[in-house]
Amino acid sequence: MIEVQDLTKAYGSTLAVDHVSFTVNKGEILGFLGPNGAGKTTTMRILTGFMPATSGTARIAGFDVTTDSLDVRRHIGYLPEAPPVYPDMTVETYLDFVARIKNVPAEKRAERITDALEKTNLVDKRNELIKRLSRGYKQRVGIAQALVHDPDVIILDEPTVGLDPKQIIEVRNLIKSLAGTHTILLSTHILPEVSMTCDRVVIINKGKIAAVDTPQNLTSQLKGGQRIRLEVQGPEPGLREVLAQVPGTSRVQLEPARSDGHLAVNIEAAPGKDIRSQIAAKIVEKGWGLYELRGVSLSLEDIFLELTTDDSTHAEPAS
Amino acid sequence: MQGFYAIYRKEMGHYFVSPIAYVFIGLFLILSAFFFNFFLQAVIQQSMSSDMQSMRFGMPQDIDVPTEVTRAFFGLLSTLVLFITPILTMGVYAEERKRGTMELLMTSPITEIDIVLGKFFASLTLFALMLLPTLSYLVFMNLRSEPIPPMRVLLAAYAGILLLGGSLLALGTFISSLTENQIIAAVLTFAAFLLIWVLDLGRNASGPVASVLTYLSVIRHYEDFTRGVIDTTGLIYYASFMFLFVFLTVRSVDSMRWRRA
Repeated sequence: MIEVQDLTKAYGSTLAVDHVSFTVNKGEILGFLGPNGAGKTTTMRILTGFMPATSGTARIAGFDVTTDSLDVRRHIGYLPEAPPVYPDMTVETYLDFVARIKNVPAEKRAERITDALEKTNLVDKRNELIKRLSRGYKQRVGIAQALVHDPDVIILDEPTVGLDPKQIIEVRNLIKSLAGTHTILLSTHILPEVSMTCDRVVIINKGKIAAVDTPQNLTSQLKGGQRIRLEVQGPEPGLREVLAQVPGTSRVQLEPARSDGHLAVNIEAAPGKDIRSQIAAKIVEKGWGLYELRGVSLSLEDIFLELTTDDSTHAEPAS
Repeated sequence: MQGFYAIYRKEMGHYFVSPIAYVFIGLFLILSAFFFNFFLQAVIQQSMSSDMQSMRFGMPQDIDVPTEVTRAFFGLLSTLVLFITPILTMGVYAEERKRGTMELLMTSPITEIDIVLGKFFASLTLFALMLLPTLSYLVFMNLRSEPIPPMRVLLAAYAGILLLGGSLLALGTFISSLTENQIIAAVLTFAAFLLIWVLDLGRNASGPVASVLTYLSVIRHYEDFTRGVIDTTGLIYYASFMFLFVFLTVRSVDSMRWRRA
């Protein structure tokens, strides 16, 4: 539904988006994850026809964003970074205006507006002036605006910003419920959001794509393989030696003994082989007490930090 | 066409839901009514004293009161327009860009022409609505005159002020599309109008420059209209003026995509 090929956007000599390629299949939710200033908004603005790309192509629903801009715009609903609302309008007149500029036929307008209001839980605010609404409600009006013409493709730039935790859950559920019939591209810098809502993730940093995969795969197939955490009662030097002998361990790290005399151990193991039972056997064999043994999966957070800070450790600290 | 109408409706709603339209129309009517009254009294006084003089010296000097008042009144209107239009147009695009709603308009399936024309005709409509009540002053005066002056003079004068206002609105909205800041837009527009008025003084000089300035003068064509003369030169002049700046605004809005908005 969305095909992006070598998309590049240059501002002077800096590349805001640097040869980005990805595709979003019909009915899929793709998360666009990256730190602030990574090029997420710029990519979305190019896809929505708001600004042209310097080079590369992007197609939405089969239409090229540069040459068939109007056709593309007919097929998308877009929530920009800041909800594009008119403070002097009521929620309903605003949605009516948006429905009109999105070419919703007159006989369908009322129905579509009610539907958008219901989906975003705004029915009781429909006659409220937008300037009187709180930040969270304005954001919901912004989302309603992106849905009002029932577009095939919905592009949401940080849809949960400014919402309280309960509203965030509501919006995530809304987004999930839209998948299947709609293709959704959403950007965020909040990691749990991606693992909770998206089918696939594109991690973007400094304009470049750092990784594309499902949240599960990204979490499981890490650089550096498995990580195992142990809690053992035993002699410190002997423990290290024994554990290092287990085939497949690459790094053994001991933490100082705690007050109860237990040692905490972190082991990094080569990917692909589960060595947990071998470790357990070794420890039992020596007659030491084994209190805990578990595999630690790297959180998406770890991967994200690893991918986005790898090449910039000597550069300025991330703000 | 649907896009044009949606934008036009939205702009009109914006004027009339917020206090903008009421403040504008109200203040304009107070000022114009005050000056109309003032001109009417002054011209009547003048004609009475000239009557008295003619009785004393036997030199009849008729003063056409309705025509004199109409001309003075429309002269005043053109000055008021100079002050009002920059305020009317300063927010047309600047505000839209600042609020981020330009992003909504430009990612919707409507063309730049829809946006620009919708906004232009909405501001022109507000301007016409603002002028409409003043028609009652002049019609009333004409009906009380003896003989009743031809109404087509009034029509020509109103056509003139609409064309003048439309031209200045087109120029003002163009300037508004260039900047994100309303104050800058207002000041630049006002400066541009003053320049136009100053250039107009140049036609009092002589030589080829003066004749060029005379031809280009926004005011001179307007004066023809207020005298009841509908000249095709004037019509074409104002039509080209509006077309030029509406066209430039379309280009400017289009170029927002390339500028870092």
